[in-house]
Amino acid sequence: MNTTEARDLKHEIIESFDLSRFEVGNDQRAKAMAHFKKVGLPDIKHEEYRFTPITKNLEKNFKWDIQVSTSQIASIDSYLIPNLDANVLVFVNGSYVPSLSKVISPASEVKILPLIQANAEKEISNLDKYLTPESDPFAAMNAAYWQDGLFIHVPENINVSKPIFILHLNDVTKSQALVHTRILGIVEKGSQLSVIEKFDSVGSNPAFHNFSEEWIVKEQSQLEYCKIQNDSGKSYQVANTVIHQSDSSQINTFTLTLNGQLIRNNLSIIIDGENCESHFYGLYLLNGNTLGDNHTVVDHKKPNSFSNEMYKGIMDGNSKGIFNGKIFVRPHAQKTNAFQSNRNILVSDSATVNTKPQLEIWADDVKCSHGCTTGQLDEEALFYLRSRGISEPIAKAMLLYAFAGEVLTPIKNETLKSYLDKLISERLHKNFE
Amino acid sequence: MSKSNQVLEEITSKEYEHGWTVNLEADEAPMGLNEGTVRFISAKKGEPEWLLEWRLKAFRLWQKMIEPTWPNVTYPSIDYQNIIYYSAPKKKANLNSLNEVDPELIKTFEKLGISLTEQKRLTGVAVDAVIDSVSVATTFKEKLSELGIIFCSFSEAVREHPELIKKYLGSVVPINDNYFAALNSAVFSDGSFCYIPKGIRCPMELSTYFRINAANTGQFERTLIVADEGSYVSYLEGCTAPMRDENQLHAAVVELYTMKDAEIKYSTVQNWYPGDKNGKGGIYNFVTKRGLCFGDRSKISWTQVETGSAITWKYPSCILKGDNSVGEFYSVAVTNNYQQADTGTKMIHIGKNTRSRIVSKGISAGKSQNSYRGQVHVMKRASNARNHSQCDSLLMGDQCGAHTFPYIDVENNSARIEHEATTSKIGEDQIFYCLQRGIDEEAAVALIVNGYAKEVLNQLPMEFAVEAQKLLALTLEGSVG
Repeated sequence: MNTTEARDLKHEIIESFDLSRFEVGNDQRAKAMAHFKKVGLPDIKHEEYRFTPITKNLEKNFKWDIQVSTSQIASIDSYLIPNLDANVLVFVNGSYVPSLSKVISPASEVKILPLIQANAEKEISNLDKYLTPESDPFAAMNAAYWQDGLFIHVPENINVSKPIFILHLNDVTKSQALVHTRILGIVEKGSQLSVIEKFDSVGSNPAFHNFSEEWIVKEQSQLEYCKIQNDSGKSYQVANTVIHQSDSSQINTFTLTLNGQLIRNNLSIIIDGENCESHFYGLYLLNGNTLGDNHTVVDHKKPNSFSNEMYKGIMDGNSKGIFNGKIFVRPHAQKTNAFQSNRNILVSDSATVNTKPQLEIWADDVKCSHGCTTGQLDEEALFYLRSRGISEPIAKAMLLYAFAGEVLTPIKNETLKSYLDKLISERLHKNFE
Repeated sequence: MSKSNQVLEEITSKEYEHGWTVNLEADEAPMGLNEGTVRFISAKKGEPEWLLEWRLKAFRLWQKMIEPTWPNVTYPSIDYQNIIYYSAPKKKANLNSLNEVDPELIKTFEKLGISLTEQKRLTGVAVDAVIDSVSVATTFKEKLSELGIIFCSFSEAVREHPELIKKYLGSVVPINDNYFAALNSAVFSDGSFCYIPKGIRCPMELSTYFRINAANTGQFERTLIVADEGSYVSYLEGCTAPMRDENQLHAAVVELYTMKDAEIKYSTVQNWYPGDKNGKGGIYNFVTKRGLCFGDRSKISWTQVETGSAITWKYPSCILKGDNSVGEFYSVAVTNNYQQADTGTKMIHIGKNTRSRIVSKGISAGKSQNSYRGQVHVMKRASNARNHSQCDSLLMGDQCGAHTFPYIDVENNSARIEHEATTSKIGEDQIFYCLQRGIDEEAAVALIVNGYAKEVLNQLPMEFAVEAQKLLALTLEGSVG
């Protein structure tokens, strides 16, 4: 589809919505659809989508055909992280594929169910408690259209020893794909869990993945969360992630965006407890025509918590980097410490960056700060390396790698860390040893 | 901390100093707004046809526009038909001699502390005073005209220098720029005009004093300053209004235009009536201020101290068009009680090697909301653009809010942009340090706040710096969070 005439995609989406296609969650779906009818798709006048013309891209590149495209993928080895000892859960075009998945953690440690099954077995009371349809138009669309997903539940006082690796693979060899999936994860009191998500596609047709997830991190529990977006195909993605924290919980998140046509991440962290700690890191290394957009929200609702955010970006080619970081400190959330930093480097002449760090504070006894820079590599640092006989491309690569590498520090899993390190160095042409 | 509460109480209950009215006979337009009002104002001012057409065009555009809702402020909707758009003191002041000025008016200015004669004698500041909507007196005119500097009321400029007005009016803020600029363009009643010729360094500070006196009036003045090649001018603006229960609208437009190597320094101390401590009354200060650095190596510097107004909503901006041009923005915004402020700046880098600097200090107390909203936009060809922004917020009390919305858009890879923001309260250790040295709590807070705002206050010309410091102390001194 490449028509220039105006297309009313919102109308198509509403028209093709048919509740009888779905087996579960129909009340919730109908409600979400009702909300979607009200808000529609965001255009670039929408404050949150000012620089991200997702609707235009969808209208230009996709037929609104919700038939799930079939796939003959037999092996997923090339998409896995080498040597990572983990539970592997595989989705192809939004459907859970048990034959490619492998759960190694015992059921007493963690319960993992496909979302449809969990719904049917009444394991889930409310699916969109924190990621409400009101929070984002695509969240509303997802809540109405979701095909399948996962329900992950860790009981009290369990340290899940093996990480959970979730692979979202879109097979677009024959035709385009429109995929809506969601995850609900609950980490009960005093437990620990580590999750890695990876997004990939096969084939040259466009894929649109509208992904939603909610993580509920209860008292004294810990969640490590890593998202790898290295989908080199014609992929368009909107990912809505909400993490809800209770007292004394801890989270670490890391988002790496490398490839894709248009990637939009909405990461929102609700700190609804005291003495919580949240670290969230992000790295976007963009080139070609990729548009990478990270919107983050930290909402401090209770006193005495700490949040620390660091997002870095290197933009090459015609790429566009977008960052929006909001910190809210609600009334009475005293003694909050919140830090945010966003640093960008523009490598090429035609790359751009739009950033908006935002603080909204209603409590007085807080320490909040944000910093944001956009610039080039330090001339003096470059000169230092050059004066020691290092060629310019290598010196540049070294400095870029050092700039980017900082965000990997908090990752604890060594296998994962070295894999990410490899991805980053490959991208930055770091051919020195 | 009972003492701090007591002090806070004292300060927050402090009355607005300038809240008196004077019985000046005023010549007013009928209430409401339609094409007739626009024609009435234009006719009253004896304006040429082209200016009436310009106003009508703006009015027609305004009718089609929608009042913006994006700022972080809330207020009941404004009834534009319930405003008197033109109000002039009836006895026209003769500009040749101060003796002919209405004695009531002189008293007004004496109460304001800007007695025209006094100013003339002591400070050597040339003042153009705008009361309600009309410019009433301009001092030091002759002395300025010797240098070729034009400094007069807007209406006079329309009569005497139509070619300049025609060329520059609306060149920086076009009539359809925004809702309130369009409204202003349609109904502006007076204002100041200033032209500094080539190579002249204006020997004194130029100053405008604005005051809304009559009830139910809106004030819509327009300031246009043009600095020709290599010239320099420092311009001051101050504002007050009487206490009234209803809200009054102030929608001004300020346009600055600098040519090659010219510099304009524009300072504002804004102290419109902020409303009483329950948030009743006060001025809505919706102002469009913009400067165009048209020529190479030109410079525009905005300094503002915002202490008044129920709602302040303004973004003094710089368009850095000329190569090597410089834009600066220094701001202290203080809000107390139920005041709301959404203020900041835009720095649009178009030319090469352009530089901009933003220093914004917000102080919120009581139940007020204080927002910084700013944009730094580096266009494609603005190589080596440089910006540094610093936005600090100080919170006093647990019911106020401080917000920061910086937009940073960079399209050129050689640009270096830095932004930093912090939010905190006055540290107990800082207070303790002062107490330890025998400085009482009230004086300690004044000291700390003054130190906090120093970077901005230092930018103000002497006369204003004193006033600004007094204002700061008056609004906030002693309010320990």
